Amino acid sequence: MESVLEFFKNLWNLLVQLSPSMLTTIEIFLLTLVLSLPLGLLVAVCRMSKWKPLSWLTRIYISIMRGTPLMLQLFVVCYGPYYMFEIPLTGEWPFIAAIIAFAINYAAYFAEIYRGGIESTPLGQYEAAQVLGYSKGQTFFRIVLPQVVKKILPATTNEVITLVKDTSLVYALAIVEMFTRAKMIAAAQTSMLPYLAAGIFYYAFNYLVAFLMERAEKKLGYYQIK
Amino acid sequence: MKLVEIKDLKKSFNGVPVLRNISLTVEEGQTVSVIGPSGGGKSTLLRCATMLEKVDGGSIAYDGKYMVKTDEDGNAVYAPKAELKGICSTFGLVFQNFNLFPHFSVLQNLTDAPIHVLKMPKEEAEAQALELLDKMGLKNRADAYPGELSGGQQQRVSIARALALRPKVLFFDEPTSALDPELTGEILKVIKQLAAEKMTMVIITHEMAFARDVSDHVIFMDGGIIVEEGDPKDVIENPQNARTKEFLSRVQSTI
Repeated sequence: MESVLEFFKNLWNLLVQLSPSMLTTIEIFLLTLVLSLPLGLLVAVCRMSKWKPLSWLTRIYISIMRGTPLMLQLFVVCYGPYYMFEIPLTGEWPFIAAIIAFAINYAAYFAEIYRGGIESTPLGQYEAAQVLGYSKGQTFFRIVLPQVVKKILPATTNEVITLVKDTSLVYALAIVEMFTRAKMIAAAQTSMLPYLAAGIFYYAFNYLVAFLMERAEKKLGYYQIK
Repeated sequence: MKLVEIKDLKKSFNGVPVLRNISLTVEEGQTVSVIGPSGGGKSTLLRCATMLEKVDGGSIAYDGKYMVKTDEDGNAVYAPKAELKGICSTFGLVFQNFNLFPHFSVLQNLTDAPIHVLKMPKEEAEAQALELLDKMGLKNRADAYPGELSGGQQQRVSIARALALRPKVLFFDEPTSALDPELTGEILKVIKQLAAEKMTMVIITHEMAFARDVSDHVIFMDGGIIVEEGDPKDVIENPQNARTKEFLSRVQSTI
């Protein structure tokens, strides 16, 4: 009984110890979302452009982002400027580089999700909007996009949950977020317990994400799309 | 007064002519029915008239203003963008499968375009929408979403949505074809009422009795041309052309 109590006490202490670095993890997560969600929409629009060079360029971009490991992209964005142009790696740069790498990587995935949603919008919606006199921009933002958001929510939830777990990759750039910190403590204490604490954090975080996304889905459940 | 004037309209899809020199005039207050077999070019005519398809040649004018005309080289030239917007506000279109906006309530479906396209004040748009819904017998469904309505109700909302922009002429592309026979009646009743109010309308329909009783003019189209046209009673009950006769005998059961 005593040892069980001790175990939970240790675990709690670890969670408290890790909490400052959790903020870094949450920061990476939120910044990536805020940047990649609109960027993804822009990429999707470019990908569907009737102007072939733009469409092909975007296609290549998406293909590279999805076809290579995020870890490799993190290295390229972080160390590329130093090796290629000898720009020194100073203070905040690894963190900024990580955000850039995450944003452009996730934008590629989100773009394909958006594209699926946009392309599945029935032609009749566009035609009705055109005959009613809506401009192209109004048609997209008032008619198409709201329906797309509803359609892509489940697929987006998947990506967002993956993002929560992917934040741990920044340890490769020596950014001290939650997972890096847990690793340090584990090495110092020669214990598995910090990893358990990290696991609990990720699970709780994703549970919250899934809960919020489900709420959003319910909120948009007030209408049906044929 | 001539509200719609279509002259020598030509349209091909991949080299296959679908409309061959169609000419058609609609006077203000007139109800014109277009009948004929599927693939005869009726829908294409309507889609060209509403700019959902670009024409290859000929001209279309609304209220005396050219939406498109053909230059000396035989190219169809559309009016400049700024002018086109005004010309296109002359007409409205009711689709076969409604195409209501599913994420908008019935009321929003009727107010969104007036507010954001015509820049009508919200209060005015809503008052107008409720009036139109009342006319369609749907005042109590203003807060419903399209997905919650029957097909007949959805089509009535879509007619109201078109009317909310106050068009001078309303086109109907087979407005009852997606409906059960028992729901067809409620739509025909609404159109009949509009005809009595002297709304200018062009209706593609397979309802021969309706075309005969409601319209001022009937056009029979087949193979991309107007085969026969004239007084509804004459064309439908006493057709002269062999193709008209054959088509009507096939659909006789609906009269």
